Amino acid sequence: MTALPAAARHRQARIPVSRQMLLVLILLAAALAAPFAVYPVFLMKGLCYGLFATAFDLLLGFAGLLSFGHAAFFGFAAYVTANAARQWGWPPELAIPCGVAAAAALGAAFGWLAIRRQGIYFAMITLALAQMMYFVAVEAPFTHGEDGIQGVPRGLLFGLFDLSNSRTMYYFVLAVFVLGLAFLHRVVHSPFGQVLKAIRDNEPRAVSLGYRVERYKLVAFVLSAGMAGLAGSVKALVFQLASLGDVHWHASGEVVLMTLLGGVGTLFGPTVGAFVVVTIQDVFAEAGSWVTIIQGAIFVICVLAFRRGIVGMAAPWLARRGIEA
Amino acid sequence: MLKRLFIAAAAVALSAGAAYAQPYSDGKVKIGVLTDLSGFYSDLSGKGSVEAAKMAVEDFGGKVNGIPIEVVAADHQNKPDIASAIARKWYDAEGVDAIVGLVNSGAGLAVRQVSREKGKIDINSGAGSTALTNAQCSRTGFHWAYDVYALAVGTGNAVVKEGGDTWYFLTADYAFGHDLEKQTAKVVIADGGKVLGEVAHPQNSSDFSSYLLQAQASKAKIIGLANAGGDTINAIKQAKEFGITQGGQKLAGLLVFISDVHALGLDTAQGMLLTTSYYWNRDEASRAFAKRFAARMGGRMPTMVQAGVYSSVLHYLKAVKAAKTDEGIKVADEMRAMPVHDFFAENGTVRPDGLMVHDMYLAEVKSPAESKGPWDYYKILRTIPGDQAFMPLADSTCPLVKK
Repeated sequence: MTALPAAARHRQARIPVSRQMLLVLILLAAALAAPFAVYPVFLMKGLCYGLFATAFDLLLGFAGLLSFGHAAFFGFAAYVTANAARQWGWPPELAIPCGVAAAAALGAAFGWLAIRRQGIYFAMITLALAQMMYFVAVEAPFTHGEDGIQGVPRGLLFGLFDLSNSRTMYYFVLAVFVLGLAFLHRVVHSPFGQVLKAIRDNEPRAVSLGYRVERYKLVAFVLSAGMAGLAGSVKALVFQLASLGDVHWHASGEVVLMTLLGGVGTLFGPTVGAFVVVTIQDVFAEAGSWVTIIQGAIFVICVLAFRRGIVGMAAPWLARRGIEA
Repeated sequence: MLKRLFIAAAAVALSAGAAYAQPYSDGKVKIGVLTDLSGFYSDLSGKGSVEAAKMAVEDFGGKVNGIPIEVVAADHQNKPDIASAIARKWYDAEGVDAIVGLVNSGAGLAVRQVSREKGKIDINSGAGSTALTNAQCSRTGFHWAYDVYALAVGTGNAVVKEGGDTWYFLTADYAFGHDLEKQTAKVVIADGGKVLGEVAHPQNSSDFSSYLLQAQASKAKIIGLANAGGDTINAIKQAKEFGITQGGQKLAGLLVFISDVHALGLDTAQGMLLTTSYYWNRDEASRAFAKRFAARMGGRMPTMVQAGVYSSVLHYLKAVKAAKTDEGIKVADEMRAMPVHDFFAENGTVRPDGLMVHDMYLAEVKSPAESKGPWDYYKILRTIPGDQAFMPLADSTCPLVKK
């Protein structure tokens, strides 16, 4: 992550807000209408993974840290939320924050260890810690091993909205997703986000300017873990299930794929990538193990032909029209 | 104007009413085969299960009460989340009326949740978990081919009676393995045997050396293999390499499929006792099905899971015919009311908790000298009547069972 992506460079320029707003409004309108045309559970899956990939991108795209263990936060939050909703009978507005808090706490512990190293060592430490989390998920009694926590009730949101209706659930997931994206946007454009980017581009320089680099990295790590946890918590309610697949290293790998495919360091890229991957999985479900081969081929093509990802490629074109991707 | 509006409204109401009263959703009966098509259970289930379901539909005539029958298939990759997502999509968006196959307990239980919620039929012919007919039973859910309890009773009883009264368990470290070990240990102790210890190994292991050495050191007469698929195969192979079987200790495979024996070879597997609900070379009817199946599957004989899928689909279609609808609850009630009578279960009955009770068979793997041809692997030692093989209804914790 040495070279600054073109998308990020364009972001520095002042841009008129109106066209940006227009695009956001169009996307929002499309998202609101989508469940009438497309199967809602599929859309919700895409949004959950989109949020997960966005959380991952906060770390990779803006802090330059490649974590290979993000499934630990995603999956752990899913287990905690599922357990809170099923065993303790908590409503979604409490069960989800519970999962997020658990993921953020786990992120603080993992991050405290991992940020001491860089590059491949950082990736390996996060992978190792995530594998420990996977082992806990296999062995701990409350996760029910390979059966997972099943039959999680979606519950009544604020005692008003019955989430067992797929469309109601979709709008709830969409709201969470939009808030998550807005949060990321805010973080990235805050002074904190600027420092993160400075650290990504030249860490010794940031140190020499007097920034406590470790603290910034740790906060970014915890924020990313918490957001990944939010995605996992919501997914547990959507599928009414928390299982080993969520903590498996495959999930950590998939989120890397989604982010790279969509475009590192862009706002919408990870979500686009997530939808592409989820669509492939959906369309080729009957092909079985071929799904992974197809995913691999697409990944290779992406890396060879358009390294900045789908949105990353479109970003300069959009930026010329005053739109930040 | 008002009159025209009124007529239009009446027409809409009528057509809506007609759609509502239609007994078959989407104008067809759609059966989904959801199983492992690519992973380590694909040999014993996989494509063979899909083919078995198709054979049942063809044998039924391809139509029920004049309504066409369609079979679709998907791979759940042994993951509960994928299984539940596919089941949900099938029920919500693709008009699937029943899901069959469902090897792997985690995936099976996940599909059970969705099916219960949607009021659709799921018939499990691949998973072993007794939860399917106890805590997780459902009015539209069935368990067809075998369960952990029947395996434990069949093999556990037989081995202890033959003098194998001290056991050491090699257990796959997940819910299914522990369940199988617990049930078998209960049977062994009830019959006067002793459990000397157990060791858990991770699922999908390739190296069993340290576990096998512990089992050897325990001096137990019997090493019980509470695992499945590739794990069982690897454990048996390596036990032979370590000279454990030659040293006088015997292996008891608690869940062994004929595809596993095929992979092991008779030289390695000979003498092993196992419990099965179907053996192709048992009688005329089972042979007839197996020959047709093998002709479509490149010579492979059906496992009990695949034969179970055939039997369950056939029974489901009979129930749809009798109910004159594909609506889940009505078909499920017919399925419970009708006896099962085919090559798989000669005198099967479906209990209120959804368990299909049928005879099980205790088999011994033949030696290479005894085997007369390809796939001629088992000697059937005895038939275990259904009421002895399965958990008594009185012990079922299923809320549907009236006590």
